[in-house]
Amino acid sequence: MSAAPAIKVERLVKIYKQVPAVDGVSFVIPPGSIIGLLGGNGAGKTTTMAMIMGLLTPTSGRAFVLGAEMPHQRYRVLHRMNFESPYVEMPMRLTIRQNLTVFGMLYGVPDIAGRIDQLAEALDLSQLLDRPTGRLSAGQKTRVSLAKSLINSPELLLLDEPTASLDPDTADWVRAHLERYCRERGATVLLASHNMAEVERLCERVIIMKQGRIEDDDAPARLLARYGRRTLEEVFLDVARRRDEAREAAQ
Amino acid sequence: MITRTESVLAFSPQRVAAMMLRYWYLLRSSWPRLIELVYWPTVQMITWGFLQYYVMQNAGFFARAGGTLIGAVLLWDILFRGQLGFSVSFLEEMWARNVGNLMMSPLRPLEFVTALMAMSIVRLSIGVIPVTVLALIFFGFNLYGMGFALVAFFVNLMLTSWAVGIFVSGLVLRNGLGAENLAWSIMFLFMPLTCVYYPVATLPVWLQPAAWALPPTYVFEGMRALLIDHVFRADLRLMARALNALFLAGGTFGFLKLLQAARRHGSLMQTGE
Repeated sequence: MSAAPAIKVERLVKIYKQVPAVDGVSFVIPPGSIIGLLGGNGAGKTTTMAMIMGLLTPTSGRAFVLGAEMPHQRYRVLHRMNFESPYVEMPMRLTIRQNLTVFGMLYGVPDIAGRIDQLAEALDLSQLLDRPTGRLSAGQKTRVSLAKSLINSPELLLLDEPTASLDPDTADWVRAHLERYCRERGATVLLASHNMAEVERLCERVIIMKQGRIEDDDAPARLLARYGRRTLEEVFLDVARRRDEAREAAQ
Repeated sequence: MITRTESVLAFSPQRVAAMMLRYWYLLRSSWPRLIELVYWPTVQMITWGFLQYYVMQNAGFFARAGGTLIGAVLLWDILFRGQLGFSVSFLEEMWARNVGNLMMSPLRPLEFVTALMAMSIVRLSIGVIPVTVLALIFFGFNLYGMGFALVAFFVNLMLTSWAVGIFVSGLVLRNGLGAENLAWSIMFLFMPLTCVYYPVATLPVWLQPAAWALPPTYVFEGMRALLIDHVFRADLRLMARALNALFLAGGTFGFLKLLQAARRHGSLMQTGE
């Protein structure tokens, strides 16, 4: 028998004031895979992620996470998943250790102090553990957010622009750590980004969204071959302009 | 399959402790926050204490009703600071943009609310206990001399403050920090009607039913009965308790509905203004 999907989304729709932000999106993500959700600003990536996380109720359609329907059955699975997003922050006055202790307790982590030491070592935070989170650089804060998202060793990790506003070196370092974590834990990752290089490096499959809809969904290599392009960025531009041209032609 | 009722009833003391620890870390790290807790109740008590001292020297009634003004100020502070303690702890999450992290964690709304209630008692204790000691030293008013009645007053005032705090938190969750001012000012809407400093009979007859619909009115009437007539009115205590049960149920229902609406409108993702 095949394993249940980590994420299953069926005809997901979200309408704000009669404007569809997500318009009939469906996909299935098998466990243990790293999938990229690609799209420009306003493509519907964050809204789709929010519905998967249970922070947003869909107008119609259904989202299942680790077998639980979101948001109604979220408490069945919230302890097995985690997320990182630029739209939320960690309390600034608390030190890294205090923040991670609080989230460790919230997620029911058995040996919190041990887990914090483990993460601090892996994410190069050991020297900073007793520093208030508000006094960290952008790169350090991103590593702290990543530590928080890994505190419960999640089976499913939802990452929204995890390397946004990071310098190339730190961004590369974060990607390497994510790759290592997923390989060792066998975790599933859904990564929303408009950083093509990041998606190309990390993801075995890419879902390209535009104006709330899925424009394409395939492995990066197959997308490159199909569009006859050398990089995912060129594929993305092709997809982005295709509909604009179609719309102009129709007009 | 877990049902919605099961998920609401599942309760983890560890998650409540986690949230209390979070607020305790915050209080400990910020001396302005600690001073703010004590500063205003002290100013209030001293001002009203001197006023009471003045009128006691000039009016026979107030000489008999010793302590009613200071007592009213201290009880009002329990009501006001109780609600503020609840709401400010909640607002800290909004200011820190941490609501998304909490809503995505296994923390249940009931656990969150329990932690906020516990923190409102902690914050209130830090703010009001020193002030009650000052009231005893400066004006000879011993709040603890009320004995069991004080416990009854305290419980009822805290229940009202939590009911209002829960509802206001729901409004802020749904409408963002634009609704923050409500947290600071909503209790003052109650002030004239709950008859903190004067008997209900002072109000126009048509307004009195509105006053009697509010639980704190019974507490302040009860305090005056105790300090002026030296009688503990158990009937007033029971009415306050019954009304508080309604207020708490209404506040919780409102909070859950507003949380549902916040999930529908995407407010949990945008916790700014």
